[in-house]
Amino acid sequence: MALELYRIDDRLIHGQVVVGWGQPLDLRFIVLVDDEVAGSDWEQELYRMGVPPDMDVYFDAVDTAATNLSRYQDDARRGILLTGDIDTMARLVVATEAIRRVNLGGIHHRPGRTQRLRYVFLAPDEEVQLHDLESRGIEVTAQDVPSARPIPLDELLAGNGS
Amino acid sequence: MSSVKAIVAGHGTFAEGMLSAIEQITGRSDLFIGVTNRDLSAHDVEALMRDRLATSGASVIFTDLPAGSCTMAARRIQREQPGMAVVTGVNLATLLDFAFHVEAGDEHAVEHAADRGRASLVVTGGPRGA
Repeated sequence: MALELYRIDDRLIHGQVVVGWGQPLDLRFIVLVDDEVAGSDWEQELYRMGVPPDMDVYFDAVDTAATNLSRYQDDARRGILLTGDIDTMARLVVATEAIRRVNLGGIHHRPGRTQRLRYVFLAPDEEVQLHDLESRGIEVTAQDVPSARPIPLDELLAGNGS
Repeated sequence: MSSVKAIVAGHGTFAEGMLSAIEQITGRSDLFIGVTNRDLSAHDVEALMRDRLATSGASVIFTDLPAGSCTMAARRIQREQPGMAVVTGVNLATLLDFAFHVEAGDEHAVEHAADRGRASLVVTGGPRGA
């Protein structure tokens, strides 16, 4: 499978993705799934500027990502798929039924969220969405960088940020 | 009046380390404010940077990595403030050069510092030199 990681990260394209995961996994493309970014040439240019020239970036809304997913999965190169929030990933999972693992890479503080890890804060409805993903047979783990241990959802939700 | 001319922003303690080195070498770390993106969302990085710009009057942002969230935030702000300069991929030589030239009133201090930073990357020895 060409897509090595399905990651939820509210920073979308940033250093941890491009360098931290990109270099050890030899990633050659990023699929950024975000309805707002998919509709903004300026946002797309901003994110393109952040990646090295040998790495392609594809921008999709959830509906076009669902259409294009099998093509990305069949790509001969290694890639990563990013969403900025749980809801976007959940919609893509439901629309495609072709995603088996989801990585929580960075969901940061905002009002109403509880800290579960240093880099994961979750609101109650988001925790329900993650449980729902797991009930669909999807492995949900938190892992910010490749060298870190993947933390299973149950352990994550029992955490208090330490 | 604030002496701050620029923000240094990056991952982890990048900015803190750079400012520490600048202070040790020149005693002029007061020209800079450090910002870290550690444990912050993209939105919060941008908000923090906007706050630091507003309170300091800085007109330059130096960042560590082109793909970094600090760079993304800086470029979003720059869209509204095109007179502000963003320099990414900075190293210590860049910042030291900027410190000296901006204090001398050089209006080209940013470009000069970027040139110096690029020129300071030198490889000696290694497999090709064997």
